[in-house]
Amino acid sequence: MKRNIILFLVILCGFVLQTTLFQALNFGGISPNILIIITVSYGFMRGKKYGMIVGFICGLLMDIFYGDVLGFYALVYLYIGAANGVFHSIFYQDDIKLPLVLILASDFAYSFTCYVLLYLLRRRFDLIFYFKNIIIPEIVYTVFVTVFIYPCILLLNRSADDVERGDNKVV
Amino acid sequence: MSPVIKRKRDKFSIPSKYLLLILTCICVALMAVTFFTDYSASPLNKLVGYVVVPFQNGVSRVGTWISVRMDELGELRIVLQENQELKQQIDELTVQNTQLQQDKYELNYLRELYKLDEQYSGYEKVGARIIARDSGNWFHAFTINKGTDDGLAIDMNVIAGGGLVGRIVDIGPNWAKVDAVINDNANVSGMVLASSDNLVVQGSLQLMEDGVIGFGQLNDSQNRVEVGDKVVTSNISDKYLPSILIGYISEIDQDANNITKSGKITPAVDFEHLEEVLVILKTKQQIKD
Repeated sequence: MKRNIILFLVILCGFVLQTTLFQALNFGGISPNILIIITVSYGFMRGKKYGMIVGFICGLLMDIFYGDVLGFYALVYLYIGAANGVFHSIFYQDDIKLPLVLILASDFAYSFTCYVLLYLLRRRFDLIFYFKNIIIPEIVYTVFVTVFIYPCILLLNRSADDVERGDNKVV
Repeated sequence: MSPVIKRKRDKFSIPSKYLLLILTCICVALMAVTFFTDYSASPLNKLVGYVVVPFQNGVSRVGTWISVRMDELGELRIVLQENQELKQQIDELTVQNTQLQQDKYELNYLRELYKLDEQYSGYEKVGARIIARDSGNWFHAFTINKGTDDGLAIDMNVIAGGGLVGRIVDIGPNWAKVDAVINDNANVSGMVLASSDNLVVQGSLQLMEDGVIGFGQLNDSQNRVEVGDKVVTSNISDKYLPSILIGYISEIDQDANNITKSGKITPAVDFEHLEEVLVILKTKQQIKD
């Protein structure tokens, strides 16, 4: 229960910070994608199911506030969370390489999906431009921010674990 | 390295592939619902309004406070220097002011003549603060801190600094989402003020880099439209009130079909540094009644 409350607060903080603080800290109009960091992290830290649920909630939040169609971002994030859950079995807490690589790959997949579904289908064919100006900067910035945010998520996750185990002992 | 901790699942656990299927179905159903009906997720809007918006409000207020303080500190030195320069300027400006006062009378007279005056100041407006921006990098929407509780509604026009910013597309009790006219998927029916020729203002992410918006489908057979002409919202738009300034034409090109023209518009609003906006409390539909 406690873990779920922490999870909910993490998502809420991530969304609020992404829409306020990180929009103010943008570089050339590009801001990092905190929600994808959260989704991916929970995906491989807790497995498929958690990844899916976290992704779904994150996406739904984005849909409600900024999506044209309710459910679009939820679907994209849902699959990203699920895909990252596959890597749960090779996850070690001390290793930061795996999270970085996964977040890089996931953000790329997310951006590319957004480009194809939201832009390419509306006759915006200049792939190189969007790569250079949106996708690559976003990935670089997101991976950079990951270095600072991921340890926090890890720490929260670990402390939630302790609490959970402690609860079990008492019961 | 600590071992991976695996907890026993609860009794009623669903296999993950079924969960994936269920959630996918929910997403698809939601998409279908939003596509085929006008159901605008108002209960969800209300819920997140109470959960998320207060935080956004708080964070953006704190952020503004901090950035204002930072600016103050940094600018103190510059301000002192500027103060001296400004004192000199005051003398110059007093002279200019009298000149401008005269011009203002003339302007008022001309405004009356053009009946332009009533369009802006006639509408009742309410100010709102931008508290959050689109979380992605693909579109330029933002959230303002007023909603249905303050009398706002979907399709109300939003202006800032005398120019058109966009319109409200989604709303909750204490927040509203504004879609900017520079958005890649935004199309606004506009009109060249000087010649009354209609055109379509099309937002584009690519052109946004240069700080301009595109336009197309300008039917100007007599070549009367020139660079620098004012572009305002047209009478035939069903969402935007007529004669709100969009920007000034900065480039015109003949289309390949030799009938229409397209080009670029410099927007009247500085979208990069938008903080406060005005919402016109009237929608086009109301005015028609």
